Amino acid sequence: MMRKAKVAIIGTGNIGTDILLKLQRSEVLECGLFTGRNPDSIGIKLAKELGIRTSYDSIDAIEREPNCCDIVFDATTASVHKCNAEILKRLNKFTIDLTPAKMGKMCVPVINMEECLNEKNVNLITCGGQATIPIAYAIKEACSNIKYIEIVASIASKSAGTGTRNNIDEFTQTTRDALAHFSGVTNTKAIIVLNSANPPITMRNTIYVICDNPNMHKIIKNVKEMECKIKRYVPGYHLVLEPIYENGRVTTIIEVIGQGDYLPKYSGNLDIITCAAIEIAEKYAITKIMGGKYIE
Amino acid sequence: LSKLRFFDSTLRDGSHAIQHQLTKRNIEDYCQSMDSAGMYTIIVGHGNGLGASSLQVGLSLTSDQEMLQVARKNIDKTKLGAYMIPGFGTINDNIRPAIESGVDLFVIGCHCTEADTTRQYIEYILKEKKEVYGVLMMYHMASTEMILEEAEKIQSYGAKGVIIMDSAGASTPEMVKKTISTLYDGLDIEIGFHSHNNMGMAVANAYTAYKEGASIIDGTLRGFGAGAGNCQLEALVALLEKNGIRTNADLYRMLDTSEQLMPKIMKRDMGIEPLSIISGMSGIFSSFKIHAEKAAKEFNVDARDIIKELGKRKAVGGQEDMIIEIAEQLSNPIKFDNTDYQLSSLL
Repeated sequence: MMRKAKVAIIGTGNIGTDILLKLQRSEVLECGLFTGRNPDSIGIKLAKELGIRTSYDSIDAIEREPNCCDIVFDATTASVHKCNAEILKRLNKFTIDLTPAKMGKMCVPVINMEECLNEKNVNLITCGGQATIPIAYAIKEACSNIKYIEIVASIASKSAGTGTRNNIDEFTQTTRDALAHFSGVTNTKAIIVLNSANPPITMRNTIYVICDNPNMHKIIKNVKEMECKIKRYVPGYHLVLEPIYENGRVTTIIEVIGQGDYLPKYSGNLDIITCAAIEIAEKYAITKIMGGKYIE
Repeated sequence: LSKLRFFDSTLRDGSHAIQHQLTKRNIEDYCQSMDSAGMYTIIVGHGNGLGASSLQVGLSLTSDQEMLQVARKNIDKTKLGAYMIPGFGTINDNIRPAIESGVDLFVIGCHCTEADTTRQYIEYILKEKKEVYGVLMMYHMASTEMILEEAEKIQSYGAKGVIIMDSAGASTPEMVKKTISTLYDGLDIEIGFHSHNNMGMAVANAYTAYKEGASIIDGTLRGFGAGAGNCQLEALVALLEKNGIRTNADLYRMLDTSEQLMPKIMKRDMGIEPLSIISGMSGIFSSFKIHAEKAAKEFNVDARDIIKELGKRKAVGGQEDMIIEIAEQLSNPIKFDNTDYQLSSLL
């Protein structure tokens, strides 16, 4: 057994804490530092209980002691990441950005993970992006004349943390931009809905596609294959409505049930992005740090 | 003169009622007709605001930019307003282009528990030196304490006011009273109210909101709006005038627009007809309306003036003959001396 690769997590909110808890199950990664700004956060308390090193100095703690990690997860906010990105570049840390700052290469693991491993800063778009872009991509592969794609991500208010709320603009814009980037369709739209119902709603995503004469058989096949690929790292990802052709559009609905690590299972929006982050980090650790010697 | 201001959302909320099929012509005609009606702002766009044209909530016939540009060309005295709900639009794609198209005033709406999603937009718009208001939609879904808390957030971001939207028309007068009075006591900024007519209470609830301290009423002409429609502004203005509350609104201009233009824009009538409003305001037996319309045509006078005069003379049910008399007198202003007839009616 090789030594595990060390990671640091910046940001002790919903996303950061969910990664921390998921890392406890990883056979290749371990958390060397959990650092944020809020001494009263629940995440910091949980980290201490787990015996993880914590700091309230956010990125300064990594700057002081760069050897604490090889990989950094940035789960702060878009504006904070814009500053952090510079520092992490200087420290030569493989950085996985979970904010919608979009400083580095955008990554959806099932689409372009391999090419992202050679980057220094990888951006995970948004939870809505991670949930819907693969479906849009799968439909695009089955359909050459897409005119328009629209996604709607509905998440429980309780699972949208301060970072998401403070950066709702970047969240919406980045999701749309990434949708256009990965699908190759310029005319796209992303809609984000927060629902404060109690008990909270499970994350739901709808993907609408307009194209001429869609080959539904091929589309359904592609989408189902995509669902299986994503399920490998996000177990609660599943189709609620297989692609159907109605009212001149192809409509697909996805639900993401979380593993309930930090927030309860309704927060599939955490899992879809934190699982992607860990997937990339593990792959990077195995290929770049352990030199591929780790045997799965 | 009352401090009350009207936010005219006819060309925004009304968009819902016709599945977002407002034409440039509709906007042009409406803006020309209403520019001098004393509205504080005319808000124009897709029913769900900037960036909302979508398969999810409905595609607009006319793009946001086209709508705003047409409106801009046709209003001068009134501020041009735009609405946006975070999650539908962004600064880059929607707010900035709207400013470039000449929007003076923004209203940023969110579900009543999500006020913090308005912060980025309110701050950005203030930085751009435009006027901005926050909106809490579907207010019936949260407790009054929660509404106050969320409204305080909007206040802290620098908005000039917070507008409470009864998006489902689910309000009782008691709910309006409690919510608005709580906000009035708890906030330093202006409070607005936007009602829907699902239980026939839109105008009444707006009036209650005003009485409890709201200084902005957001409504539409003819009640043209989503679902059962909105607070019909011309009916509210009539109610206020009847109660001696004077505002900047020009009632006759609003009624003219409601009568002449709204039927062309609406797919089905949703509001109260202008003459019925005047009839209510004047306290005239409802069945006089059709007779007054006929007489107005015959003598080429304004039916509203007939009804108003009937009100002054305290006509009761069964006195339809007075209509002809008044119509004839109105058509012949030299002969017509108000005091004389009032005196003679006392004899």
